Amino acid sequence: MKKLSISALFLASIFCTSTHADTLYITLEKDNALAVVDGNTGKLTKTVKIGKRPRGIVLSKDQKQLYVATSDDNTILIIDTATLKPVGKLPSDKDPETFAMDPAGEFLYVSNEDDNLVTVIDIAKRKAIKQIPVGVEPEGIAVSPDGKWVVSTSETTNMAHWIDREKLEIVDNTLVDPRPRSAAFTADGKQLWISSEIAGNVSVFDVDSKQLMKKISFKIPAVTQEKIQPVGIRIDKARRHAYVALGPANRVAVIDAQKLEVTDYFLVGQRVWNVEFSPDEKKLYTANGVSNDVSIIDLENHKVLKSIPVGQYPWGVAVKP
Amino acid sequence: MNSVRKTILLGLLCLMYATGIDANTKKSTRLEKPSLVESPKPIQSIPDKLSIAFLSQEKSYSPVLPYFLSPSGDAGLQGALLGIADNNTTGKFTGQSYQLKTTQLPSDGDVNGAFKQLVAEGIRHFIINLPIENLTSLAKLPEASQVLIYDVGSSDDRLRGEDCSANLLHLLPSRAMRTDALMQYLSKKRWQKIFLVTGSDEADKMYASAVKRSAQRFGVKIVAEKLWQFSIDDHRTPESEIPVFTQGVDYDVLLIADESGIFGDLLPFRTWQARPVAGTQGLVPTAWHFTHESWGALQLQKRFRDQAKRWMSEQDYAAWLAVRAIGESASRVKSTDFDKIKGFMLSGEFALAGFKGVPLSFRPWDHQLRQPVLLSTDRSLVAVAPIEGFLHQKNELDTLGYDQQESQCHINN
Repeated sequence: MKKLSISALFLASIFCTSTHADTLYITLEKDNALAVVDGNTGKLTKTVKIGKRPRGIVLSKDQKQLYVATSDDNTILIIDTATLKPVGKLPSDKDPETFAMDPAGEFLYVSNEDDNLVTVIDIAKRKAIKQIPVGVEPEGIAVSPDGKWVVSTSETTNMAHWIDREKLEIVDNTLVDPRPRSAAFTADGKQLWISSEIAGNVSVFDVDSKQLMKKISFKIPAVTQEKIQPVGIRIDKARRHAYVALGPANRVAVIDAQKLEVTDYFLVGQRVWNVEFSPDEKKLYTANGVSNDVSIIDLENHKVLKSIPVGQYPWGVAVKP
Repeated sequence: MNSVRKTILLGLLCLMYATGIDANTKKSTRLEKPSLVESPKPIQSIPDKLSIAFLSQEKSYSPVLPYFLSPSGDAGLQGALLGIADNNTTGKFTGQSYQLKTTQLPSDGDVNGAFKQLVAEGIRHFIINLPIENLTSLAKLPEASQVLIYDVGSSDDRLRGEDCSANLLHLLPSRAMRTDALMQYLSKKRWQKIFLVTGSDEADKMYASAVKRSAQRFGVKIVAEKLWQFSIDDHRTPESEIPVFTQGVDYDVLLIADESGIFGDLLPFRTWQARPVAGTQGLVPTAWHFTHESWGALQLQKRFRDQAKRWMSEQDYAAWLAVRAIGESASRVKSTDFDKIKGFMLSGEFALAGFKGVPLSFRPWDHQLRQPVLLSTDRSLVAVAPIEGFLHQKNELDTLGYDQQESQCHINN
C-alpha cells in the first residue's frame, strides 16, 4: 500500500510539474540507431535503426523533421519525427559528422572531416550548392544568429575559419587552441565560444573584433587535467549560464556567462560528448558516449535527475517540444 | 645505381605532394562536383616557404623474416609526406608553404656527406630515420650545430641519456617508456612475476635492461631470465624446444626481448605452462598501431591509408608528428624563421595534438616527446599507458621513461 502511494505521488509530481512533454532524439553511433526518450518521464520509448554511424543531429525549423548525419553512409538523412522513417537524403558528401542550420532553417553547413571541406546544402532543393575548402579535419560549425557568419573549426589546423554567409567564402581565420571541437554563438550574436579538446579550455571571442576575450579553464578536484576534454557547448538565450561537456572528465561545467567564470560541475555519465537544452531551458540533456546513457539535469534545482540507458555510444541529442 | 634511381623517383614523388598534388585522396569527390569547390583565396600573395629534409638509410643488417613480416621500404617517409600535406592545407590560410626534400641512401651511402650537402642548401629541419651509430656521429658534426634533427627511427635510451645532443629531438617513445608502459599494465593486473627471455642482439640486451629498470620501478619481479640461443632446424623444432626451455619456472608472464622479431613469435602457445606473452611480441608497447581509433585517430589512419595504401607504421607516425610539430610552431609564431620555431617548439607553451587524447610536448631535459604508449596485440588495442592510477606531480606522461632527476642528459636550451 505504502509503496503504491509513494509511486503514485511520484508519478503525480512528474505529471503536475511538467508543462509539456519534451521528446529527445539521440543518435547512437555504434548501434546505427536513433533512440527516442520522453524528457519528462525519462523513459526510453523507442529505438529505430537508421543508418551507419549516426552522429550530428538537428531538428528542422518546423520541428517536423530531423536531419541526421549517418557518417559511414556519407549522407544526411531526413527523418519524419512522427513516423521516425527516413523521407529523404541530403547530399552531404563524404563522412559528415557535425553540421549547423541557418536561422531561417533553409541551409545546412556540413563539416566533411576527411576532405577538409564545408559543404553547403540547400535543404528545400536537397542540393549541395557549394563546397568551401577549410583546414585539416573540420569539426565544429556554427551559424551566427544574424545569419552573417558561418564559423568552421578545423581540428588539426587549429583554426576558426570565418565564412561570409553571403559570399560563401572564407574572409578571415583565427588561430585557436589545439584540437578545437565545438563552436557556438551566443544568442545576441556578440560572442563566439570555441572548445579545445587538447588545451582543455573554452575560448570566448568577440565577434565584431574577432579578438579573444577570455580563455576559460577547468579544474576539478581528483580529476587530472588530461581528462578534461571540452566538447559540446550550450549557452542560454539570456547569456546567463553556459554549459560545457567535458568528455572523459564525466562532467558538465557550469559557467557564469557574464563573468566568464566556472561556477560548478555536474557529474554525469562517462565521456559526455554533446548537450542540449529543453526548449524552456530548464533542463539540460547530455549524451554520455562510454556509459551508453543520457543524463537529465534539472538546471533550476541544480541537480542531475537521472541517467537513462539508451544504447551504444550516444553521440548527440535533439529536443522537440 | 638502383637506389640512386629510387631516391630520384621518391624525390619527384615528394615534390608532387609538396606542390599540392595531394589530390589523390580527394580526386573522386572533386571530380563528381567540380564546380562546387573553389580554391581558397591566399591570405598573402607570396607564401613563406619552408623546406624540411627527410634522410634515411637502408639497414646493413636485416635478419631473415618471413615474407609476411617484411617491412615497407618507405616507413617514415609516407608519414612525413602526409604531415607536409596537412601543413600545406593549414598553410593556405597562414600563407606558409612546406616542401619535403627526400634522400634515401643505400646501406653503404655517405650519410654525413648527404647531410652536409643539405645543410649547404640551407635546410635546417631534418627528419631522420637512421641507425643509431650514424645518428650519433651526425648530430656531432659542426654542420649540425645550427639545425634540428628529428629522430623518427630510434628508441635508444643512451641517445636520450649519456649520448644526448641539444640538436636532437626524439619522436618515438624510448625503450624505457615502452617497458614502463608495459610494467604499469602488468602491475595493475597484478601479474607481477615475469620470466625474461632475451635474444642475442645488442638491441635485445638493451630492451632487457629497460625491462629490468621498469620492473623495479613498478614492483614487478623477474623470477627467471634466459638467453635465447637456439636455431630452429629439422632437428630442433619449436614444438620440442620451447616447452623444455620454459619448464620449471613459476611465473605469470613470459617477457620477450627480441627487437628484430627472429624468435619471439615462436613462443606464444608453445610454453610449458599456459602463460601470456608480452614485450617485443605478444602484448607490445608501441607508439602507434592500426587498431587505435580513439581521439580522432581514425581520421589519421584513414588519411594515411588513402595516401600510402598501407597501414601507418610507428616511424610514419613519428615523422608525421615531426612535420606537424614544425607546422604547429610556425603557425603559432606566424613565421618560418628557424629560431622562432625552435624557441616555441621547446617552450612550455607547445602542445601538439597527436591523436592520443592529451597534448604532446618535448621534455626539456632530453628532448624526448612526451606521449602515451599503446599496448596492443596483433589485432587488438588492450590499453593505453599511463595506466590509470600511476600519478606524477607534474605530468602523468612523465611516469613513462626517464624523469628529469634520473636523466643522464641535461640540455641547456
